Amino acid sequence: MALSTETSTPAEAARLPVGRRALLALSRLWAWAFLLLLILFFVASVPIFSGISFLSIRNSQNILIAIVPVLLLALGQTFVIISAGIDLSVGWVMSLASVLSALALRDSFDAGVPLPLAVLLGFCAAVLGAGAVGCINGIIIAKLKVPAFIVTLGSSFIVRGLALLWSENTTVVGLPDGVRAYGNESLVYLVSGDHPAFSVFAPPTLTGDMLRHMDRILPWPVVVTIVVVGMAMFLLHRMQFGRYTYAIGGSMQASLRAGIPVDRHIIKLYTLSAVTAGIGGFLSMLQFTAGSASIGDPLLLSSIAAVIIGGVSLFGGAGTVIGTVIGALIIAVLTTGLVMLNVPAFWQFIVVGAVVIIAVLIDQSRELIVGRHAGGSQ
Amino acid sequence: MSDPVLSVRKLVKRFGGLTAVKEVSFDVAAGEVVALLGDNGAGKSTLIKCVSGVHLPDGGEILFEGQPKTFAKPIDARSAGIETIYQDLALANNLDVPANIFLGREMKHRLLGGLIKTMDDKSMLREAREGLKALDIVFPTLTQPIESLSGGQRQAVAIARAVYWKAKLMIMDEPTNNLGVPEQQKVLELIRKLRDQGTPVILITHTMPDVFAVADRVIVMHRGRKVAEKSTSATNSTELVQYMVGALDDFAAAA
Repeated sequence: MALSTETSTPAEAARLPVGRRALLALSRLWAWAFLLLLILFFVASVPIFSGISFLSIRNSQNILIAIVPVLLLALGQTFVIISAGIDLSVGWVMSLASVLSALALRDSFDAGVPLPLAVLLGFCAAVLGAGAVGCINGIIIAKLKVPAFIVTLGSSFIVRGLALLWSENTTVVGLPDGVRAYGNESLVYLVSGDHPAFSVFAPPTLTGDMLRHMDRILPWPVVVTIVVVGMAMFLLHRMQFGRYTYAIGGSMQASLRAGIPVDRHIIKLYTLSAVTAGIGGFLSMLQFTAGSASIGDPLLLSSIAAVIIGGVSLFGGAGTVIGTVIGALIIAVLTTGLVMLNVPAFWQFIVVGAVVIIAVLIDQSRELIVGRHAGGSQ
Repeated sequence: MSDPVLSVRKLVKRFGGLTAVKEVSFDVAAGEVVALLGDNGAGKSTLIKCVSGVHLPDGGEILFEGQPKTFAKPIDARSAGIETIYQDLALANNLDVPANIFLGREMKHRLLGGLIKTMDDKSMLREAREGLKALDIVFPTLTQPIESLSGGQRQAVAIARAVYWKAKLMIMDEPTNNLGVPEQQKVLELIRKLRDQGTPVILITHTMPDVFAVADRVIVMHRGRKVAEKSTSATNSTELVQYMVGALDDFAAAA
């Protein structure tokens, strides 16, 4: 005898009236739709107020650069929140990584290490320093069963202290000149105007006036971030690592009983979260040719906002990498667009805050649309 | 009767001064359903947790397939072939059916000579569908999170998972609790199917109709002791209730 389906919601969903089904689809895709509407709105309104185009090559690249640090913090956070955890330390971890990588790069270069190798050493310092913090966070959370909120709150203070200590409470400067190219040159160059040109990897040789017409498309930090996004998607959606992450967020009990090494996985998750923040710190160090302890903390809440707008449930078990990317894009487009409309900066916070709350409301309304099934067949 | 799959000998479990299980012995043979009956606190859950590796017994021994076994952790019992399906089902409700059936034992593609392994979702879906079909379980779609399934359907997923991984003994803790009547019938149907395929089942319950619907034998516990062991065809619910409340006791002399 077959277990029939008269009580199941997939069948119910298929039976929903057309209007509700459309509403359901919209509630799933609302972030994409919202992003599209935002871009359309700014494309239409920005030229009226400031006389420049919103989606110009230069401005779109500015948006992408602005997104890099927030997105890198948000990527690791996506994994952690899907597992029903939270990592409040990533902001200061990014700061620490920025300081450590600047010190490693500068000191090794001053000691005679060639620049590319010194940059690599800076990268290693950022990733290892950040990874160590994440690993310790994970061990305390998984093995000693201290809530993640508390552990990462505490470690964020500790890391803050270390970052300020090692940077001697000032910006780490004196980096070799060549570093600027790593952070600011790009994959593709496009020259418009009287003498159009196009080149890949190395900028075209230009004289004074033409430089003003050159656009850098896909600056290296953006390229690195795209690669990290690709790896994160692969890890979360194609590999067992991702499956375990969803399972732990969905049911810790079920994961334990299925024989998943839950403790080890949690340690890996917090290490991963810190490492993506570390890469963010490294890239910002390249971009500003300086290590700064104050770089990361202001981005923490934006990164969590990006994750939530992107549809990751704070209760764990649900979310996607691409959702987080969309969430980060929404925040970047919003803030850039509002600046270009000459809206005072504090309005950005008010708008972003409202979007976060609306995002969660839309996620919750999905259950109302379907008519939540209470499990069992009563 | 063929050699027992599971043989429990004089098992004792104490919690501080309280003896929750007092020298209980019983056998389970291939292809039979044994009901473990008792009021709340009779010790049936504790007994079964000793068999499934949740508790370490303080005395007696457990023989599985003729070999004495010590299960220090639930995973030890599982890898020996004892699958326990708990009331809360131990499924991840945010994952779909194949993901749950293969949770912790995912099928994988090997890329770059095994350097990178990706999940083989297609094969897992195919295997899950075949595994469910072998039990005559049909879902409209297997790729929805199982939170959208009914309680009985989720119970079926848990059973299918145990069957797929070749459970040699299935322990089910109150499997019909919290289910509507039609779904209860379907779960009982599944238990009969398991028995017909040769997998023995221990059914923990205090629901009398379930006992007579599927069990071949019934063991009644009262205050940590086995007070009766009967073939279901040789007893009735009135008699079983008397054992459950302690009015009758077949093994009083041994106590």
